[in-house]
Amino acid sequence: MSNLLILGTRKGTVIIDRQAQGWVVRPIEHAGIPICYAARDPRDGTLWASQDNGHWGAKLSRSKDNGASWEDLSSLKYPEGARHITQRPPLPDDSETDSQVELAYQGASVYKIWNITFGTAEQPNRIYAGTIPGGLFVSDDGGDTWALNRPLWNHESRGGDLFAGDATSQNHWMGTPASMDYGIFEPGIHSIVADPSDSAHLYVAVSTAGVLESRDGGQTWQGRNKGMVMDYLPDGEADWGHDPHFVTACKGAPQYLWQQNHCGVFFSDDGAASWRKVSDTDSGVHFGFPVAVDDTDGRTAWVVPARADSHRMAIDGGIYVARTTDGGETWQSLRTGLPQQHAHDIVLRHALDVSGDMLCFGSTTGNVYLSENRGDSWECLGHNFPPVYSVRFG
Amino acid sequence: MPKVTMTSHLYRFFPALEGLEIRVSAGSVADALAELNQLAPNFSDYILDDTGALRRHVNLCINNELIVDRKKLSDQLGDEDTLYIFQALTGG
Repeated sequence: MSNLLILGTRKGTVIIDRQAQGWVVRPIEHAGIPICYAARDPRDGTLWASQDNGHWGAKLSRSKDNGASWEDLSSLKYPEGARHITQRPPLPDDSETDSQVELAYQGASVYKIWNITFGTAEQPNRIYAGTIPGGLFVSDDGGDTWALNRPLWNHESRGGDLFAGDATSQNHWMGTPASMDYGIFEPGIHSIVADPSDSAHLYVAVSTAGVLESRDGGQTWQGRNKGMVMDYLPDGEADWGHDPHFVTACKGAPQYLWQQNHCGVFFSDDGAASWRKVSDTDSGVHFGFPVAVDDTDGRTAWVVPARADSHRMAIDGGIYVARTTDGGETWQSLRTGLPQQHAHDIVLRHALDVSGDMLCFGSTTGNVYLSENRGDSWECLGHNFPPVYSVRFG
Repeated sequence: MPKVTMTSHLYRFFPALEGLEIRVSAGSVADALAELNQLAPNFSDYILDDTGALRRHVNLCINNELIVDRKKLSDQLGDEDTLYIFQALTGG
């Protein structure tokens, strides 16, 4: 059972401790700075926060004293020569075809550090960070220095070796609307899954490209989008162009993976070799951002459904969490303790977490809800937080 | 020696600079930032992006004029000049 919650919010890092009298919110850290992701490294207790500082750039912040003090790190940078094919945002009155648009390249710069994931116990100093514009960074010294994973950056699916020269293939990684905040239209890595049982085994999810897997510690990557479907492209079963909102795996049984995608909820029981859609549109389980999976039972997962696509609001003004215990064959709607009218909360991709029997989520409307019985009932930890970007148990 | 004046927002990250009268050697803006970096390690990471260009939402002025070269920072500072560092009025 966890005794700590760490939230990334639009106005800073919020830490909530479980004490004798209940959950107690500390004074906010990084006050005024958007924190797009915050988490505690379970291996050594270091707290991490990804600062999304509009003027001064994306920075990681680290606390080695449980949040009493923080240090900003500036070492996460693209190496010289890293560049990418510049994406052009689709326009409503677009009349140009791709073949008419001249290929352009751009030097890479870190706009957003969207996710931080900790390595296995066998690699105690390894940390991963995923960025917009689609870089996977790796640290082997606890975050002091970072290196770009070049095989993924130079993957055939995004144009080939762009360090060496011109593109050798077409770029299939599109741009996420999240990157428009930075005046660009580039993909982003928001999910990194480090297999606890095999430190050479990784997954990343790219918005808007899909899922990739490495079995050799990141030296080679293969697309893992079989069974995925898209309802917004002419070829809905293409290898690339998928829009996972979040991908996670069961810690105790990592062959079970879950994906909350723009086009549905997807489940894999074979290590992402294949996916199958497990949406239940009758109960609203289809569109959403986060997904959480039980620590030991890979067939049990939770999502927070939303009304797609042009609205992106709670369904019928009521918040609920949906739970499956059979790999998505059936879903239960859990509403006890959650507002069922006049609620317009959206829960973003990193803003739902599970730890044992506890679940917690935070919304863009600044509400944070906790369940200590696997979602059967919920209590509110506060209504007036800034918009919540991430929620993680520590 | 040229003077450097900056937005107070940066004192949050570099409190050691607050209240200092900062003087640098005459030369390019890039040289001035390198000197500032010695005074406050990592300072330039807040001003420049990964490619060494000025961040999109940061402006530099020499006296009343915005610098021209945002990529290489080659604009020259004379002995009587002041370099202003401030955030562009975008973002939030």
